[in-house]
Amino acid sequence: MSKKAERAPTATGGSLCFHDVSIELAGRRLIDLDTCIGPGEVLTVMGPSGCGKSSLLAYVAGFLDPVFKVAGSVTLDGSDITGLPAEARRVGLLFQDALLFPHMSVGGNLAFALPHDPAMNAATRKTRIGEALEEAGLSGMADRDPATLSGGQQSRVALMRVLLAQPSALLLDEPFSKLDSELRQQIRDFVFAEAKSRQLPVLLVTHDPADAAAASGRVIELTG
Amino acid sequence: MLRYAPHLAIAMLSGPIIFGLLATLLPAFGYFPALGGNEITARHFATLFAQPGLWRSAWISLSAGLITTLVSLALVMAFFAAWSNTRFFARVQHLVSPLLSIPHAAAAFGFAFMIAPSGWIMRLISPELTGMTRPPDVQILNDPWAFAMMAGLVIKEIPFLFLVMLAALPQVRPLAHQKVATGLGYGRMAGFLLVLGPPLYRQMRLAVFAVIAYASSVVDVALILGPTNPAPLAVRLVDWMNDPDLTRRFMASAGAVLQFLLTGMALLIWLMLERLSGVVMKRLAASGRRYSKDRAARLAAGSAMMLAAGLVLAGLGVLAIWSFAGYWAFPDALPSSWTMKTWSRHLDAVGAPLAVTIEIALAATLIAVIVTLACLERETRLGDGGGSRALGILYLPLLVPQPAFLFGLQMLFLAAGLSGWFWAVVMVHLVFVLPYVFLSLSDPWRALDERYAKLAASLGAPVNRIFWRIRLPMLLRAILAAAAIGFAVSIGQYLPTLLIGAGRWPTLTTEAVGLASGGDRRVIGVYAFLQMALPFAGFLIATLVPALLFAKRKGMKIG
Repeated sequence: MSKKAERAPTATGGSLCFHDVSIELAGRRLIDLDTCIGPGEVLTVMGPSGCGKSSLLAYVAGFLDPVFKVAGSVTLDGSDITGLPAEARRVGLLFQDALLFPHMSVGGNLAFALPHDPAMNAATRKTRIGEALEEAGLSGMADRDPATLSGGQQSRVALMRVLLAQPSALLLDEPFSKLDSELRQQIRDFVFAEAKSRQLPVLLVTHDPADAAAASGRVIELTG
Repeated sequence: MLRYAPHLAIAMLSGPIIFGLLATLLPAFGYFPALGGNEITARHFATLFAQPGLWRSAWISLSAGLITTLVSLALVMAFFAAWSNTRFFARVQHLVSPLLSIPHAAAAFGFAFMIAPSGWIMRLISPELTGMTRPPDVQILNDPWAFAMMAGLVIKEIPFLFLVMLAALPQVRPLAHQKVATGLGYGRMAGFLLVLGPPLYRQMRLAVFAVIAYASSVVDVALILGPTNPAPLAVRLVDWMNDPDLTRRFMASAGAVLQFLLTGMALLIWLMLERLSGVVMKRLAASGRRYSKDRAARLAAGSAMMLAAGLVLAGLGVLAIWSFAGYWAFPDALPSSWTMKTWSRHLDAVGAPLAVTIEIALAATLIAVIVTLACLERETRLGDGGGSRALGILYLPLLVPQPAFLFGLQMLFLAAGLSGWFWAVVMVHLVFVLPYVFLSLSDPWRALDERYAKLAASLGAPVNRIFWRIRLPMLLRAILAAAAIGFAVSIGQYLPTLLIGAGRWPTLTTEAVGLASGGDRRVIGVYAFLQMALPFAGFLIATLVPALLFAKRKGMKIG
């Protein structure tokens, strides 16, 4: 069976649920979480650096270093993803840097994310990518070198790239912290609006109270 | 498959060395049935010790190993202390770095063409300064004290130690420490040497040991610049090994054991020198002297470095000039006529060794790059470092004197009927190519932002796709640069090619060194010129390919 066939169903609109999740490092309990993030809901996790909020993201995404001791499970849209490899989890990641692949064009970055579908020919894929760029206000930029884009444009391409991979949840790791304040507001609204329109559960990790306020959802404070 | 990549790499590096050493030891003690040796005996050592001038040969090798290393390390350390973090330093760095890729033999020929009585330096200053119209009758090359050989080795080891020190420098946080030292009133050089010197040296110790091992057992440079009567130990060993009288191989093997012990002894003496200098450094640091007036010392260090680099570069230029020289009388600084005759006459003859050089180098480099990528990819996937443990193994081929294991290896291949087999030659080249490829690729590989791979995985890309589509293209520049270094290392190999190839795979290097005794400067110029042009071509391709592929990608510019 191929990796693709193992992937969770594509339908969006499910919940991201933590069932008695605990993360420990060297005997210290970092995380205790038992909750669900509903479709279109944003759960904000706040705390100082080193409190373990990033390890929570790594745990959900499937990258947690084995030095951490974990218990519990995570379900996405009802199916358990705890044992799946990272590429099969259907959780989209956004970091503080856009991290567009520098060797690919803007369109190439998006094409890398768009899953292979035998029913879709090259022309259709191109159209999909063009639509995604249009949605981000970047029409006609498919052939551009990502390094020539402004910071805000790069952030928007990064979000469209994540969304084209058709994730069932979004994980945001301080994604706005490197943007200047005006741009931050704009990108923040764009990300939350896109997540809402797709009914994606969002887990946001940040140390900026303004992010939490803009997310207008539940906030969990970690003290570390 | 990937899981076993490190095992494969370790086997490739240590297998030939361990089996080679064992196979050297057996005939040394008389056991080698293929040549009629069936009993264990110390007789061959007795024959060896009875060779005229043997201890003088051993002494030359030992002192050359230590003096070469001491002088090159002192020069590089002094230069870093005097000039690091200046614009002059950056300029010299650009001058010195490319010299690493030049084969030892080519650099030695260039040096010989410079300093010989009829060499270029003499031609430059004659007759104006010296009044001479014919070359002075003094022995400069092949002097019995091996000064020319040591000087030739020093100017070639300086680029190596320079680049190793450059790589180690950031790890000792030079700027912060130097600020503190100068703030306390220490002179620039004293501050650097007392505060950064010891930790910096500790970082590059293995590389320094490699220089000792190399210089105490070198063959090609010794054939070009070294004393002849008697020659350094390794040179005489190779003579005996290639003697038509096959029974002399027993004595040659015994000599290879002696070479092994001799290099070991050089390392032991060096360890004692380390202790001693540690005590001296502590005393100096505790004495509170500031040594703030170091202008003269700084100028001396800068000039010495310029001279060393300049000698290599000018030597290469003179090689090229000789290959195109028509009539060139002493003491003219330049030939009075230029000609393509030497090139056209030797073009046919040079074609075969050129092709063989490229074939061996390409095969060894390709295998080394694949094995290195497999090791690093496995490390990334499994998330285990293992870096520091593996490092010792990587230096193993550079720490064992070449004759000590190559002799045995040659006998093994001979016994197995594989003597002169192409892939056997590639295999021994790999022993030297793999460490350099691994050492130069592992740093940029580990420095790649791991979030790119995580992101790709979260976009649904399986591990193989991440390797081919993300890591490989993003690191293409570093991979090709490492390949170019491996290519250059293979081109420079003399003894492995000569012994394992059993003379059937003549390369530019073996042919050029073979011309040393003939002394036809024009022909040597042709071979040595190609010897240095080939690595340069490799680096050119390694720079151009990514530049063209990613011409429209600004983010890929600084690799």
